[in-house]
Amino acid sequence: MTDATILDEEHEAQFGDYFALLKPRVMTLVVFTALVGMLVAPVTLHPFLGFCAILFIAVGGGAAGALNMWWDADIDAVMRRTSKRPIPSGRVTGRDALSIGLALSGFAVVMLGLATNWAAGGLLAFTIFFYAVVYSMWLKRSTPQNIVIGGAAGAFPPMIGWVAATGSVSLESVLMFALIFLWTPPHFWALALFMRSDYDDAGVPMLTVTHGRRTTRRHIFAYTLVLAAFAVWLGLTTAGGPIYLVTAIALNAWFIKGAWEIRGRDEEAAEADSYLVEKKFFRFSLLYLFLHFGALLTDAILRTAGVIA
Amino acid sequence: MIRAEHEIHRRRRSRNVGMLVVLIGLICVVFGLTMVKVKQLGAAQSFDHVVRPELLPGEEAPQ
Repeated sequence: MTDATILDEEHEAQFGDYFALLKPRVMTLVVFTALVGMLVAPVTLHPFLGFCAILFIAVGGGAAGALNMWWDADIDAVMRRTSKRPIPSGRVTGRDALSIGLALSGFAVVMLGLATNWAAGGLLAFTIFFYAVVYSMWLKRSTPQNIVIGGAAGAFPPMIGWVAATGSVSLESVLMFALIFLWTPPHFWALALFMRSDYDDAGVPMLTVTHGRRTTRRHIFAYTLVLAAFAVWLGLTTAGGPIYLVTAIALNAWFIKGAWEIRGRDEEAAEADSYLVEKKFFRFSLLYLFLHFGALLTDAILRTAGVIA
Repeated sequence: MIRAEHEIHRRRRSRNVGMLVVLIGLICVVFGLTMVKVKQLGAAQSFDHVVRPELLPGEEAPQ
């Protein structure tokens, strides 16, 4: 066996490497929120069509992730958090990622259109385009509001799930979109506050770098206030219910309290306790979104069972 | 020297098995979708090389 053979074996892409291009962690959030969007809709899809719709939405989301990894391979290599991704680590070529991203995008859009309706297929196509082109290629490296814009791409799945069931966009689906869209900035800015060197090294114009950390703290609080209003509003529509409403009020009160604490801290205090408050806020934000959609799902199940009106 | 299993097969086993699973999954999904979509159309009849009076336009089926 030659040295060259050893090198080849080390760099031979395995199936898991190609799967990692689809950002499986992000995909779980996409699947969960799209599923809730579909199940809270007033129209019931055939279970197998529902399963296929979620599958194709997940594949579409994964395809967008692959296109993002292809485009962002240079900054992924610089950032510690992303340096082990398949392209920067040399396991998959950028060309392969591009091919897989494009092929899966086309496949997911056409199949979702055929399985449910073309409004859902079109919305999925727009989501992929928005994430890969508008966010990744255009705005991520040019504006400090990149996270706000990128959040829109992640906010579409529940709306696509809703449209797959009903065939049209309505207030409830817009509010589910708003819930994720407005949740994204506080979530990522909290991360940027304690992962400072990563974004600085990569030259990504995060708000923490361009406008300073004090402004970022104020932005986190402002977005959290607006988020709370939209989150509670969703509970007053047909998609919500008593469990969602109680959950939303409790979680948002807690979230506002955390954002207020972040707003009031200066860098000295944050560094003294190794960004404890920011880290706690970030971890809670993951639970926040999961519990909101979990509560929506619970209300939908109880409505179907006839327990609540 | 001819080997029954080339080294590349071992090296690419996970890719090949993964691709097999994906393709089988795709066949199942397309088959399932076809069955559900066709069943949602309801009962359907068409010409099948035998004259069926009930399909002729404007004529009552014989009693």
